[in-house]
Amino acid sequence: MTPRPSPQRNEAPAEHQEIAITASTPSPSKGGDPGAGTAAAAVELRGITKRFPGVVANHDINLTVRPGTVHALMGENGAGKSTLMKILYGMQRPDEGTIAINGEQVEFSSPGDAIARGIGMVHQHFMLADNLTVLENVVLGGEKLHGIGGRARAKIMEISDQYGLNVRPDALVEDLGVAERQRVEILKVLYRGARILILDEPTAVLVPQEVDALFGNLRELKAEGVTVIFISHKLHEVLSVADAISVIRRGTTVGDADPQQVTARQLAEMMVGSELPSPESRESTVTSTEMLRVEALRIAKPDAEGIERVVLDDISLTIRKGEVLGIAGVEGNGQAELVEAIMGMLPLTAGTVTLDGTDLTGALTRSRREAGIGYIPEDRHRHGLLLEAPLWENRILGHVTEEPNSKGFRLDPAAARKDTLRIVQEYDVRTPGIEVTAASLSGGNQQKLIVGREMSHRPKLLIAAHPTRGVDVGAQAQIWEQIRTAQREGLAVLLISADLDELIGLSDAIRVIYRGRLVADADPATVTAEDLGTAMTGAASGHLESDETALAEAAAIADEQFGRSDAPGGGATGTDEPSDAPADTAADDAQAGE
Amino acid sequence: MTTSTEPAQRGRLQRIDWEKVGLSLAAPVLAVVISVVISSIVLAVSGRDPFQAFNIMGTYGSASDAQVATLNKATTYFISGIAVAFGFRMNLFNIGTEGQYRLGALFAAYVGGAVNLPSFLEIPLVLLTAMLVGGLWASIAGVLKVKRGVSEVIATIMLNAIATSVVGLLLIPGRFAPTVSGTSNSIQTKDMAASSDFFTITTQGGELYGFVIVAVVLGIAFQLVLNRTRFGFDLRATGRSEAAAQASGVNVKRMVLTSMVVSGALAGLIGMPDLLTTTHHFGQTFQLNLGFIGIAVALLGRNTPVGIAIASLLYAFLDVTAVQLPLKGDFPQEIVQVMQGTIVICVVVAYELVRRYGLKRQQQKVGAQLAAQAAAAAKKEVAA
Repeated sequence: MTPRPSPQRNEAPAEHQEIAITASTPSPSKGGDPGAGTAAAAVELRGITKRFPGVVANHDINLTVRPGTVHALMGENGAGKSTLMKILYGMQRPDEGTIAINGEQVEFSSPGDAIARGIGMVHQHFMLADNLTVLENVVLGGEKLHGIGGRARAKIMEISDQYGLNVRPDALVEDLGVAERQRVEILKVLYRGARILILDEPTAVLVPQEVDALFGNLRELKAEGVTVIFISHKLHEVLSVADAISVIRRGTTVGDADPQQVTARQLAEMMVGSELPSPESRESTVTSTEMLRVEALRIAKPDAEGIERVVLDDISLTIRKGEVLGIAGVEGNGQAELVEAIMGMLPLTAGTVTLDGTDLTGALTRSRREAGIGYIPEDRHRHGLLLEAPLWENRILGHVTEEPNSKGFRLDPAAARKDTLRIVQEYDVRTPGIEVTAASLSGGNQQKLIVGREMSHRPKLLIAAHPTRGVDVGAQAQIWEQIRTAQREGLAVLLISADLDELIGLSDAIRVIYRGRLVADADPATVTAEDLGTAMTGAASGHLESDETALAEAAAIADEQFGRSDAPGGGATGTDEPSDAPADTAADDAQAGE
Repeated sequence: MTTSTEPAQRGRLQRIDWEKVGLSLAAPVLAVVISVVISSIVLAVSGRDPFQAFNIMGTYGSASDAQVATLNKATTYFISGIAVAFGFRMNLFNIGTEGQYRLGALFAAYVGGAVNLPSFLEIPLVLLTAMLVGGLWASIAGVLKVKRGVSEVIATIMLNAIATSVVGLLLIPGRFAPTVSGTSNSIQTKDMAASSDFFTITTQGGELYGFVIVAVVLGIAFQLVLNRTRFGFDLRATGRSEAAAQASGVNVKRMVLTSMVVSGALAGLIGMPDLLTTTHHFGQTFQLNLGFIGIAVALLGRNTPVGIAIASLLYAFLDVTAVQLPLKGDFPQEIVQVMQGTIVICVVVAYELVRRYGLKRQQQKVGAQLAAQAAAAAKKEVAA
């Protein structure tokens, strides 16, 4: 591991180039590319307000989507995007405001009404029956449209060819990859005659190559006159595919932006509502002291059919004090098992785990935690929290044997409460109190509580599995900052993430896991997300090194949006001069969406 | 210490969430009301006056001897409820308290009859025997669950049936029962030594079981162990989310085994108030179904000591006063079972409804408070 210099980028950070951003007063016809003409808007929402008892989820929302465009809807988690889309899809009725589709005012009382108007929604979590074929899934519930036989098959092939979806009607859904399932979902919606597509965070589950393919599909759809509403909080994706952007914050539209003119940083600031923390220059904190050593780890466990399957094989890695080791991989390639093996939740078939010189191979989870392993689990609802317990009890979870939670065998609720208050304050957990249940907090605040809890026990090793998944931009930056601070104090981190920018930005070294083996390694300073993505699909192995032009390009994009991806690491560039890379690269990328 | 408790004390008042209290009371009260309505309808349909029936029960229930009888019965029900609740708190459904207490009582009676020690040794010996046997019997289900993944519900139900056979097998004269029965024709263990008599409190209405005090102590211990110890936290965490508990370092398998054994040991005590105070032997006439009543009482009492105490008193009151129904009027005693049954069904449904409503309500409240905070902050921003 070579220490890597960080880019000292002190270019005028967001001296608000107001050109691109227009405040969203009730005036219509903002956003969208100017060339779209003056045809009636595909979707026009005016003054939408939706109140739930005690909460205003949406307040005076105005949104105009031009036909045949990709319109991105951005906002932090909990900003009100989902509620708005549920209203548009007829799942909820607005308390105030009007919806107009193709210039015609409508009222939806159920998704059926919306579908009849040509609106279709692809949910974030796929709603497909695994044991049925693609054809069966598509016709399911729409049997009246084109029957269930030859006519339906012909129609499916026709749609598939028309939009380049490349769907095989007779394949079993359980055999399909994530990207292909997504295309089936899109096809399902088109099959029902949708001309306006709502895609809810469609890229969350895809690797970069698949994202590109999806964007290709979206462009085809657009070319055929389909309107796409694209919900996302990934800035560079939105910039590359959208024709128009609307940003929602705290339940109301705060502005529209033109993707050709706005920078990622400006967008991020619109979403968060304040200036993002600038990345500071960072010295490498990696020391030569070994903290975690995993050797020849192997886990074989029986699957559903009772056949022994090797889920992890020959895994060896070391993490030193102050080092962040990133694990890249498509989900389900053994990351979860690797974490559980180190946490002592899965029995090892072979291999050893050593922490700071102590052999933990046979230790129970509790003694591993006591030995100094902090754990930010992948699924915080399943593994990180007691949802129906108050915050202070959640603060005890995982550290019940440690100060201040207990004295001997007795619990110390008073001290635990006091310390919970401290965590809430120091880690900026937004909550009215510590007696409310964990379930009542938003995802980002739940995660901040978990991070605060784990960091409070001064871990030697932190296992962070997707630490910022489903977390809004503001909380994301805070969590990254906390990890970096602890790293400076000598924390070793095992980082598992599906967000390659996060991996490249935070890690000191990256390993790629594929089918239970570590197949490739890379220096985050000399690798691009695309090359990592290739290795994640098993197409490359060994030491990865990307060519310099690609790196420079990636660095430029990263810098362009450093409020987000650059924040964790302070730059992914080594010898290249990032400031020389023209900022236009990003703009070019954005224009590719035309 | 003094400084740190002060804020905690002040916080305690705020911490009492009256809405939550109201919500948690709503479910059982609703269940009782619905069951009264249903049993009234049943009585009315069969051509009887429901008000007269309730009047008979109420009148008898206010007599002091009925009150003592109610308290005595409630003591047994309470212990049974606590035994079940201990498992319920970690989502472990020990349906087998029935078999556990009967085996425990049989062995306790046998041991008590076989030895004659001074009271301060005899009584603890008998109690320990009952707890040990109950715990061991329950541990079979625990081991099956941990080692083989057998559902504890099925295992304990089966073990109940087996326990009945084992009791029958052991009560054969020459084994646990003396070859020549002493006083009656029924087969039973030898009467225990007089030193095993548990003390009673003499009142106007008769003898009150000294076990009332044991029950109170058990209730307090239950509450303290669950809420104030590491073990209790682990147990509750496992009950709320097994996956989270495991990730937090709880050895779930050991936890299952431990709480199964503790639940069984507590169940072993169920038969003790009767055995040590009134019957002094275990025989065919020893009261049945106490374990099942414990399940109902624990459900109604929401697995908390105070709730279980109230539920036990209610059930005991119904049982004691029901006897009067056929005596004082043309009423079937079974109407009380209709009431008890409907209470359990209603309460299970009502608790789930209330739980969901409460969770949603709190999410909305938190959302509203945060929105208010955010709005206040925004106002400040604008002003600045």
